[in-house]
Amino acid sequence: MAITYTSGEQVEVYRFSIPATILIPLIAVFLQAWVPLRLPFFSIFDLPLLVTIGFATARRSPLAGLFTGGLIGILQDALTHQPIGLYGISKTVVGFGASSLGIKLDVENAGARFLLTIFFYAVHEVVYFMIARGLVGLHMEWSWPHEFLSGMANAALGVLIFMLLDRVKQRT
Amino acid sequence: MDVLGRYRNLIVLVGVLFAQVLGLAVQVRRTSDSESSTRLIRVWAVGAVTPFEKALVWAQTSSGNLWHNYFYLRGVRAENRTLKAQIEQMRLEQVRMSQDADQARRLQALLAFKEQFISQTMAAQVIGGSGSELSRSVYIDKGYNDGIKTDMAVITADGVVGKVLRTYRTSSLVLLIDDQTSGVGAILDKTRLQGILRGTSSGEVQLEKVMSDETVPPGELVLTSGGDGIFPKGLVVGRVTKVTPGAELFLNIRVRPAADLSKLEEVLVVTKIDERQAQPDQSGPARAVDILAERLPGVPSKPENAEKGPAGAVAAPGTVSHAPAGTGPDAKPAPAPPQVSIGAVARKAAAAASSEGAGSPSGAATATPDAVKASPKPVKTAAAPKPQPAVEDRPH
Repeated sequence: MAITYTSGEQVEVYRFSIPATILIPLIAVFLQAWVPLRLPFFSIFDLPLLVTIGFATARRSPLAGLFTGGLIGILQDALTHQPIGLYGISKTVVGFGASSLGIKLDVENAGARFLLTIFFYAVHEVVYFMIARGLVGLHMEWSWPHEFLSGMANAALGVLIFMLLDRVKQRT
Repeated sequence: MDVLGRYRNLIVLVGVLFAQVLGLAVQVRRTSDSESSTRLIRVWAVGAVTPFEKALVWAQTSSGNLWHNYFYLRGVRAENRTLKAQIEQMRLEQVRMSQDADQARRLQALLAFKEQFISQTMAAQVIGGSGSELSRSVYIDKGYNDGIKTDMAVITADGVVGKVLRTYRTSSLVLLIDDQTSGVGAILDKTRLQGILRGTSSGEVQLEKVMSDETVPPGELVLTSGGDGIFPKGLVVGRVTKVTPGAELFLNIRVRPAADLSKLEEVLVVTKIDERQAQPDQSGPARAVDILAERLPGVPSKPENAEKGPAGAVAAPGTVSHAPAGTGPDAKPAPAPPQVSIGAVARKAAAAASSEGAGSPSGAATATPDAVKASPKPVKTAAAPKPQPAVEDRPH
């Protein structure tokens, strides 16, 4: 079992197999595009974001986190008609932040995961909002109730998804 | 070197973010070229995701068909009786409408009025969305291999859906009318006020550029004006739901789209729009008494009248078309069949094509199940004509 040492604490580092690394983000992006057509309420979730956070906190490597987040975001961008980079930048920041925080904190229990997901959901939304309005010039309205509700919903779903990811992650 | 090693992660993060911001800025600044610069990424992404979507939609459709065609046949007889009664009602109503239409054609001819009509459409299945609330768009299972081009109008039987924004080999991206980057030239049905229909970031649809000194009643129908060069004039867009004073001397008019944009399954892509000059109908309209007489037993059918039914169908791959019956140079006045759903249109047209084989010179028709060439009526598609009861050319 490989162990990294940070601030005197031991944290475990995990990795994912290549099929899991490719297929899980792909399935997340596919479900994000497909399910809201059948269940419109599902659009409040951001599955690719949850997968980004899940991968980043398990791997605990900032570089892997930012590249995984960036690629998932660009894939998500490519399916929209908006310029590529909106989700890419947001998820790059989230991937880097989640893996950096994963080194310092124990994110193995459900409560920590719930709070971590709410926090990074908020980070993602703020970065996305700023880029979309400031750089791309899109009209967006910030709605606190909507963001709060979405954050809670994503955090709840995130806890379940992280439990599923626990089953496919491997100790290095 | 030590500093580089220490801050390696941060430096890489800044580099990756800088590259993405730069790429974004280039795309925003050069909107015309940005499509080509990101085309490859989009093609790969769509190619990776759409096969899953198509497979799921296919499985869903197949299981649905199995259920509806084999197991769920309860009540079909009662439904059949109801539909027959509806057809009777509609045929009587059709007489009145055909008289109105004839009068309109005569007036249009006097004014040398040119009208657009949808002459060819292609049915497509919605296979997925964009996955983003900021990009209100859907993917359909037809691409440039099927003849789909950008800026083609996309509609349903209920109303306008959007336009084709990007085409790929076997799929296309359709921008919905409730997206904030879309724009549709629109006109109010009764007041004839024109404006631009746009989506908002929250997914609502607004009619813009209508002056605040105008009166717009809630509930008024909104139609396409044809001014945008994409949607032919007269297609139903939606209804006005709320009117409030807006900014800069314009009204803030909320519109509820006629098509349910959140539950799209099948759509029609308008692949061909024709323009023709209106011609007055040379023959008299059908009379209610004639239509009723045909329903009575013992009334022999008149062979000369039987010829005046609509033309048959000619099969051709990809599309179904109806010539503008009753409007062309040698067109005969055929009463329009009752309007039916898009799916039924495609199925009926396909059935007509396979059973009738060849058509008469006056009426068109090419048919496959996945495409419909609609009637000359600019607004709604009509069912593939099946031989209609005789209509006499008696003067009134």
